[in-house]
Amino acid sequence: MATKTKNNTLKLKFDTSWSYSPAPESKSAATIHKQYDLFIDGEWQKPTSKKYFDTINPGNEEKLSEVADAGTADVDKAVKAARRAYEKVWKKMPAKERAKYIFRIARMIQEKARELAIIESLDGGKPIRESRDFDVPTAANHFFYYAGWADKLEYAFPNRRTEPLGVAGQIIPWNFPLLMAAWKIAPAIATGNTVVLKPAETTPLTALKLAEILQESDLPPGVVNIITGAGATGAAIVNHPDINKIAFTGSTDVGKIIQRAIAGTNKKVTLELGGKAANIIFEDAPIDQAVEGVINGIYFNQGHVCCAGSRLYVQESVAKEVIRKLKDRIESLIVGDPLDKNTDIGAINSRQQLETIHKYLSIGKKEGAEMYESSCRLPGKGFYCRPTLFTNVAQSNRIAQEEIFGPVLAVLTFRTDDEVIEKANNSPYGLSAGVWTDKGSKIFNMTKRMRAGVVWANTFNKFDPSSPFGGYKESGFGREGGLHGLAPYLNLVN
Amino acid sequence: MEKTSIKKSSISISENGIEKKASAKRLAVLKTYKIYIGGQFPRTESGRYYIPTNAAGKKLANVCLSSRKDFRDAVVAARAAFGGWSGRAAFNRSQVLYRMAEMLEGRKAQFIEELIQQDAGKSKAEKEINLAIDRLIYYAGWCDKFQQLFSAVNPVATAHFNFSVPEPTGVVSIIAPQGDSLLGLVSVIAPVIAGGNTCVVLASETKPLCAVTFAEVLNSSDLPGGVVNILTGRPAELASWFTDHMDVNATIYCEKDSETKKMIREKSAMNLKRVFFYDQVNWYTAEGQSPYFIMDSQEIKTTWHPVENIAGAGGGY
Repeated sequence: MATKTKNNTLKLKFDTSWSYSPAPESKSAATIHKQYDLFIDGEWQKPTSKKYFDTINPGNEEKLSEVADAGTADVDKAVKAARRAYEKVWKKMPAKERAKYIFRIARMIQEKARELAIIESLDGGKPIRESRDFDVPTAANHFFYYAGWADKLEYAFPNRRTEPLGVAGQIIPWNFPLLMAAWKIAPAIATGNTVVLKPAETTPLTALKLAEILQESDLPPGVVNIITGAGATGAAIVNHPDINKIAFTGSTDVGKIIQRAIAGTNKKVTLELGGKAANIIFEDAPIDQAVEGVINGIYFNQGHVCCAGSRLYVQESVAKEVIRKLKDRIESLIVGDPLDKNTDIGAINSRQQLETIHKYLSIGKKEGAEMYESSCRLPGKGFYCRPTLFTNVAQSNRIAQEEIFGPVLAVLTFRTDDEVIEKANNSPYGLSAGVWTDKGSKIFNMTKRMRAGVVWANTFNKFDPSSPFGGYKESGFGREGGLHGLAPYLNLVN
Repeated sequence: MEKTSIKKSSISISENGIEKKASAKRLAVLKTYKIYIGGQFPRTESGRYYIPTNAAGKKLANVCLSSRKDFRDAVVAARAAFGGWSGRAAFNRSQVLYRMAEMLEGRKAQFIEELIQQDAGKSKAEKEINLAIDRLIYYAGWCDKFQQLFSAVNPVATAHFNFSVPEPTGVVSIIAPQGDSLLGLVSVIAPVIAGGNTCVVLASETKPLCAVTFAEVLNSSDLPGGVVNILTGRPAELASWFTDHMDVNATIYCEKDSETKKMIREKSAMNLKRVFFYDQVNWYTAEGQSPYFIMDSQEIKTTWHPVENIAGAGGGY
C-alpha cells in the first residue's frame, strides 16, 4: 500500500504500526582500553609530550578512550625504529618468510573481525552492517592478497628487478580507518618496506587494535609503527628527513600541501585524494537497479567516501521517474545508532564534518537548488544528517563542483552522450565515475571517455584487493590494490 | 651564422643564360628557425630572439625567445589535439611514429650538419642521429604493445568483470635535455606521444637547431598538428610556466638543477601534476629507452561490470 506525502512522493507503508525492532550489536564483544600509548618498535611507548586526547563515539558523543598525541620526538623515535627494522631485519628476511607474517596478520584480523567491526562503528559512526560486512573483511583480504605477492615481485615488472624504498610514512583518513590502514600497510611491508602509520585523530582505535594484532603476530619490532596525533603529527612524518616514501589518503588540500612539502627531497609520494564522481543514468537503464546503485553510491558510509557518486546525471526523459524513486528510497533509509544492525546511515564522523555538511546544504539552497531530505527523525545525541538530495542543480553550483563528503546528492540532467561526457569530465577531480545503461557499446563509450581512475558500469562502490584504485587529475596519483598497487613501494632496477 | 659566406659557384650554364660566368657567386639561403605550435611555424608572439653560439663563438642563428604566451598558445593546441590523438588506434599511432623515423632518416645529413655546427664531432653526430632514428622505431613498435603488458584482468571475489588498462594522462610539458639536443629530445617526446599524450617541449637553449628541424620532420610525418609543440627559449624563464599551467597534466624535467627541481615540485602541486625527473638517464645506452618511460605518462583506469548471476546459478560449465 502506498500513500502520497506532502512532497508528492509515494511512501511505502506496509502497516501503520510496522517498524523495525532495535537490533543492536553488543559492545561487550569489544575491548577498548581507557588509554592508548604509541606503538613504536613493537612496544607501547608513552608520548614524550605526555599529552593525550579524547576519541569519542560520534553516535552519542560519549568518550571512548584517550590516545597519545605524538610529537616530533615521537615521530623521530618511530622513524628510527622503522629504519632499524628495515636495515637489520625486514630487508634481509627471505621474501617467503615476510609473506607468512602478512598471511598471519590477515588471519588474525579475521579471528577478531567481530571486535574490530564493533570498535570501527563505535569510533567512526558507520553502520555495523558496513563495518562487519565490508570494512573488516576487506581489510583482512587486503593483507591476505598482498602477502602472496611478497615472494613473486620478479614476475610483476617485466625486465626489471625490484628494490624496496625503505621507510614509508603513511597518513590515513577517518572514513575507512581499518581498511585504509590495510591498504597502506599490506603492500608496503609485502614489498619489503617498513612503516610509520598515523591514523586520523577522530578514528584511531581500530588502527591501535591492529597494532595489538601485529604484536600478537610476532611481526618483528619496528616493521610497523602506529602513532596517533592530529595534523602536526602528520606534518612531522611528511617532513622527517629519513623517510623515503609518503603515502597519503585524505583531502586534496592536504595532498597539495604534502606535494609542496616534499619539494627538494627525494621522497616518493602517492596521494589518494578527493572526488566528485559523476554517476550517469541513461534512459535505457534498468531504473530500479540504477536507483539502488545511486543510493549506495552516495549514502554508503554516510557519504564519507572519496569515490562517492555525488553528482547524478539523469537523462531528461527519465529524470522525473528517477527523482521520484530516489525520494521514495531515501524515505525508507534508516538513520540512527551505528551499532544497530538495521541502520542504513549511521553517525557523521565528527561535529566538524557535520558543520561542513550543513554549510554545503545552505550553500546549495542559496545557489537556487531545490533541497529534499528524508523526513526521518534523528537521534537527540550524536552527529546525524538526513539523507539529502538537490534538484535543479547547475553545473557551476558549488554543490556540483566541491566535495561535500556527506549524504548529499546533486541531481543534474542531460540529453546526449557528448553533453554528459563534457559535464562529467568538467571537474578538477577524477577518482571514480559510474554509468547505467543496458547497451554494451554505450557502456564502453562512456567508461572509455570518462576521465577517472575507477569506473563502475551498472554497479557502484565496489572494491577488491586485486582491483587497482586511485585517481586522475586532482584526485591524486598512484594506485592501491592489485598488481598496480605494488609499484608505488618499489624502485625498479635495470 | 650558418653559411653566411658567399660561395663560388662552379656551375656554368651558357646556353639558356641563367649563369653567364663560371665564377659567379651564389648567396646561400639562410634558414629562419621558428617555433612549432599546432602544426604551424609561427615566430614567437613576443618578437624576441636570442643568438646561441657554438664553442668557437660562431653565431648559430637568430632563434625565437619564446614567451609565456607562446607556451599558453601551445598548451591550447596540445589540449585540442589530445582527444584526436589519444583516440587514434594504437596501431595507427605506431605507423605515425614509424613515419617520423622515415622522415628523420631522409634528412640525416641536415641533422649531422647542425649537430656539427653545435660542436659535435662528425662520428658523434652520426651516432646521435642514428640512435634518434632507432629510438623512434623502438617506440613506434611499443605503441600497440605496452597496454597488453601493463593491463590486467583482476580476479575480484564478487561477480564482476574487472579490468585495468593504461590511458594517457593528457597534456605533458617537457623541458628537454640541454646536452643531447637531438637524441635527448626524441627520447623524451617519443614515449609521451606513443602513449597517446600530447606535449609542449622546450628545446635545448644552447643547441636549439635540431629541435626546430625536428619540428619540420614532424610536420611532414602524418603527426597531427598540436600533438607535439616545440618552443625555443630559456628554461630559466619558462620552467615555472611549464609547471604551473592548470591545463597541463604532467611535467618532465631532464636537468640536475636542484633549485629548478624544487620549484617544479612546488608549483606542480597547484593541480597535482605528475612530475618526472629524467636527470640520471644516459640517453645513449639501453637505459635511455623502455616501456616504463611510456608508463610514466599513463594513468591506470579500472572498470567494473557485474556478471549476471541468474537465480544463484553456479559458474560451472
